[in-house]
Amino acid sequence: MSENKNNKKNWPLWEVFVRSKNGLEHRHFGSLHAADAEMALENARDVYTRRNEGVSIWVVESKNITASNPKDNGELFEPATDKVYRHPTFYDLPDEVKHM
Amino acid sequence: MSEKEIKNLEAIFEAKIARDEKIEPKDWMPEKYRKTHIRQMSQHAHSEIVGMLPEGNWITRAPSLRRKVALLAKVQDEAGHGLYLYSATETLGISREELYEQLHSGKAKYSSIFNYPTITWADIGAIGWLVDGAAIINQVPLCSTSFGPYARAMVRVCKEESFHQRQGYEIMLTLANGTPEQKEMAQDALNRWWWPSLMMFGPTDDMSTHTEQSMKWKLKRKTNDELRQQFIDQTVPQANILGLSIPDSDLKWNEERGHYDFGPINWDEFWQVVKGHGPCNKERLQTRVDAWEEGEWVRDAAMAYAEKKAERKVKQAG
Ligand SMILES: [Fe+2]
Ligand SMILES: [Fe+2]
Repeated sequence: MSENKNNKKNWPLWEVFVRSKNGLEHRHFGSLHAADAEMALENARDVYTRRNEGVSIWVVESKNITASNPKDNGELFEPATDKVYRHPTFYDLPDEVKHM
Repeated sequence: MSEKEIKNLEAIFEAKIARDEKIEPKDWMPEKYRKTHIRQMSQHAHSEIVGMLPEGNWITRAPSLRRKVALLAKVQDEAGHGLYLYSATETLGISREELYEQLHSGKAKYSSIFNYPTITWADIGAIGWLVDGAAIINQVPLCSTSFGPYARAMVRVCKEESFHQRQGYEIMLTLANGTPEQKEMAQDALNRWWWPSLMMFGPTDDMSTHTEQSMKWKLKRKTNDELRQQFIDQTVPQANILGLSIPDSDLKWNEERGHYDFGPINWDEFWQVVKGHGPCNKERLQTRVDAWEEGEWVRDAAMAYAEKKAERKVKQAG
C-alpha cells in the first residue's frame, strides 16, 4: 500500500475481472483504487459495467497477483513448441481412416 | 546493460511494433517509450476528468428530465474514461498520486478545449456534437496503438463516445428547429466552439514536433492536418442539416482536392490557452484542486474504516 506525502495510506489498487454472460469466463477488464474489497466491487460496477457489460465481477488486490516475467518466456514457453507430438497432426495415418 | 545491448533490444522492440505486436507493461521498453506514453496517456486522462467541468455546469439546469439523465450519463462516462486511462497509465510504473500531483501543480497539460466556458444550454449541444466529434476522430486510431493497456482502454472509450456525439447533435437539432431565439442560441454556440474544435487536432504538420516518432509507435496514424480535414469534411454537411452556418467565410468545397478549403486558424489564441491564459484555465484547475482537497477526509475515513473492519476480522478469526 503506498503512502502519500502526509504519510497517509492511499487506497490500494485492485484488478477487476468481469464475466460478460453466463457460459463465458471472467476476463480482466482493468483496475481501480478502493479502500476495501466491498468498495472495489461497487466501484467496479460503476466504472466497468455501466451498460450491462457483465453478470458477475471479481476483484482482487493487485499486490496479490504473481505474474511471470517476460524475460523468462524462453524457459517457460519454448519447451512447449518442441513437443510437436502433443498435436494430432504429428501422427501419420492412412487417408482411409475416417472420423479420427 | 551496455549501449550495444540496449541498441539491440531497441531494434527488436521496434521490429515487434512494426509487426503489429503489442507491447505489454512488463515487457522491456525504451525509456523514451515509457515517458512518452506516461505523458500522452496521463494528458488524455486529465482531459477526460477536467472535461467533466464545462458540462457539469449545466446538469442542474438541463431543460428537461430527458436531457438531464442523458447529460448526467455522459459526464459519468467521461469520469469512467479518465479512470480507465489513469489505471492504464499506472501500469507504466507511476502512481495515481503522482499523476494527480502533476495535474494539480499545473505541470501536466489537458486538452485546451476545456478552458472555454459553457455560457448557454446550446453549448452542451455544441460540445457533444463538435468536441466529442473531434475527440472520436482523434481516438479511433488509438484503438490499435502499440501499447496494449492504452489500446484496450481506447476500445472501451470509443464504444461509449458515439452516444455523446448523438445526444449533442440532437440538442442542436432541437434548438435549430425551435424558436428564432433558440436557433440563434445554437448558431452562437457553433460560432464560439467551431474554431477551438479545429484546434483540438493540434498544430499544423509543419509546426508539429513529434509526429514521426508517434507514427512509428502508432500513437498516431494520420497527421494533425489530415485529421482536421477529415473533421471539417464530415461536419460541414451536418451543419447544413441543422440549417446553421459555419463561421468561416473561406469555407468552400474544392472539387479538385475533394475536400473543403477553410480559412486560417488563430494559432496565437491556441498558444495563449495552452500557456494558461484561456478564459477558464485558472477556474478549471482550482475546481480540480478543491475537489481533491475537500475530498481528502472522505478518502481517509474510508481507509480508516477498511482497516478497522480488517482488524475486526482478524480478531474474530483468532
Ligand atoms: Fe471521453
Ligand atoms: Fe465523450
